[in-house]
Amino acid sequence: MAELKFVNRPKPLLAVTDSLLMIKRSSTHITRKMDELLGTFFQPIMFLVLFAAVFGGAIGGTLPHGVSYLNFLMAGIIVQTVAFGSTTTALAVAGDLQQGIIDRFRSLPMSNLAVLNGHVISDVFRNAISTIVMIITGFVIGFRTDASFLDWLAIAGLLLLFTIAFSWVAAIMGVLAKSIEGVQWLTFIIIFPLTFASSAFVPAESMVDGLRTFAENQPITHFVEAVRALMIGAPIGNHGWIAVAWGIGTLVVAMPIAAWLFKRKTTQ
Amino acid sequence: MPQSKYAIEAKGLRKSYGKNEVLKGISLKVERGTMLALLGPNGAGKTTTVRILSTLLGFDKGSVTVENYDVVKDADSVRGVIGLTGQSAAVDELLTGRENLEMMGRLYHLTKASAKERAQELLEDFDLVDAANRPAKTYSGGMRRRLDLAVSLIATPPVIFLDEPTTGLDPRSRIAMWTIIENLKKNGTTILLTTQYLEEADQLADRIVVIDGGKVIAEGTAKDLKSKVGKDRLELTFEGAKDYKKALEVVDGKTLDQSSEDLAITMTINDINKDVSKVLADLASAKIRVSSMAVHKPTLDDVFLSLTGKVKKKEEQ
Ligand SMILES: Nc1ncnc2c1ncn2[C@@H]1O[C@H](COP(=O)(O)OP(=O)(O)OP(=O)(O)O)[C@@H](O)[C@H]1O
Ligand SMILES: [Mg+2]
Repeated sequence: MAELKFVNRPKPLLAVTDSLLMIKRSSTHITRKMDELLGTFFQPIMFLVLFAAVFGGAIGGTLPHGVSYLNFLMAGIIVQTVAFGSTTTALAVAGDLQQGIIDRFRSLPMSNLAVLNGHVISDVFRNAISTIVMIITGFVIGFRTDASFLDWLAIAGLLLLFTIAFSWVAAIMGVLAKSIEGVQWLTFIIIFPLTFASSAFVPAESMVDGLRTFAENQPITHFVEAVRALMIGAPIGNHGWIAVAWGIGTLVVAMPIAAWLFKRKTTQ
Repeated sequence: MPQSKYAIEAKGLRKSYGKNEVLKGISLKVERGTMLALLGPNGAGKTTTVRILSTLLGFDKGSVTVENYDVVKDADSVRGVIGLTGQSAAVDELLTGRENLEMMGRLYHLTKASAKERAQELLEDFDLVDAANRPAKTYSGGMRRRLDLAVSLIATPPVIFLDEPTTGLDPRSRIAMWTIIENLKKNGTTILLTTQYLEEADQLADRIVVIDGGKVIAEGTAKDLKSKVGKDRLELTFEGAKDYKKALEVVDGKTLDQSSEDLAITMTINDINKDVSKVLADLASAKIRVSSMAVHKPTLDDVFLSLTGKVKKKEEQ
């Protein structure tokens, strides 16, 4: 038998290795699931083209500063896709918890949280691909922008923060759900209203009063408005800072809760 | 590092789920380099015990050390010296056999090269080379079990827990699994195996602990346990109902078991040399025709039956 060689590193570094291995695992999963690949590549294209075609006519003329609907929609549809995509994290976490594999991981001298890190970070990769696919599709069907390189960096930063924050929230739902159907339901009743009662697809000003107050003050709107402003060169106002605050705030709260719930669920 | 001659020591383990106490003070010791079989019927608490010993589950009272590490205070050190093959296969279905092995090897913190080399070695040992690059979800039950065991051996841990490793395997795969387990033992690995198959405990284990209802009800070597139930048995079958009835009169209430359907009588015998010939002589002088006879040594099935008072599900195939 071959002689075994162990890595000799301090514990925190080993925990990083564990997370990297779990990221590789979760990412491999995505490439091996046909429905997820389709979800990553084609669903965003479909949504973008459909929304642009269906709502473009009705809303197009009413937008301020003569912005085209496609240019208006771009930020919204990206944020919406990322938000819906976080369901993948929830499903992956719930799936792991239902299978024996979690016992395997826990019987190894590895960092417990690596499993969650793996799902969340691989979700970021997947979302990044979806976003790039959408932006390219957008350009093909007529999206135009004056955003500078720095603007794009800011857009990327905002979207990254949004994805990670949302995926950690999704991880909580994945741990809490009792079944895969439960996950779908949980994420649906949270994400659906949040994305549609926002300025992702139509300006908040066009909504009835109560809905409008909600839409104008909820996090998704701030993210959408900030990204949109950067894309179409409109003034960003307070949206940028508020979005960042929401993102970081959500992370600070969701990460430890997810970690705690996960640990509790797996130790009983 | 390890000083005690016991690789696994559990004392007075108690565990409740709500009001339901499923372990009521389990104590067991496994000497380093030996194999202990934890034998018990469904719901006896085997899996619960294994999960506690392998750090997966907390407990209410008692103490456990594995290689002298406390499973509660030093869970990480325990995890570094154990391998676990749980009751349901714990492999990543979407990854290939090889990827599973390499990933788990690296999670044990083997170097990349070492994990690769060891994975190849195990694929060869476990007859999985042809399937190495296929996702585990395409594996048959037996292959998955082998992969599962291979994964727990990736870092050659000195202590291995096997929870019903052969349940659901066909006879050939079971024998293959036994060979693998026997080889492990030869290499000096300490093994704790749970099983419902008495034959398996008899065949593989150095010592057996029988549990039922969360309590240890017997322990010792297979021989000890059998001698506890003791006596050899003589089983006689007769040609016709008349012979059978007459024979019952002849043996006069000394039967252990009788069946008018099978025309069979079972009786205990104390001395195989004297008693058997005496019974046969008595029957012959009463002109009773015996169609078959057999002497049975006590099996672990008998042990089980007499200890648990439960009829054990007959082992299929
Ligand atoms: N999570 C749980 N919650 C409540 N009760 C449980 C839980 N896990 C196990 N039990 C109970 O504990 C008892 C022992 O279960 P355990 O799984 O240890 O038995 P076992 O000996 O492994 O049985 P089997 O041969 O069927 O695998 C059973 O009565 C079971 O119902
Ligand atoms: Mg069990």
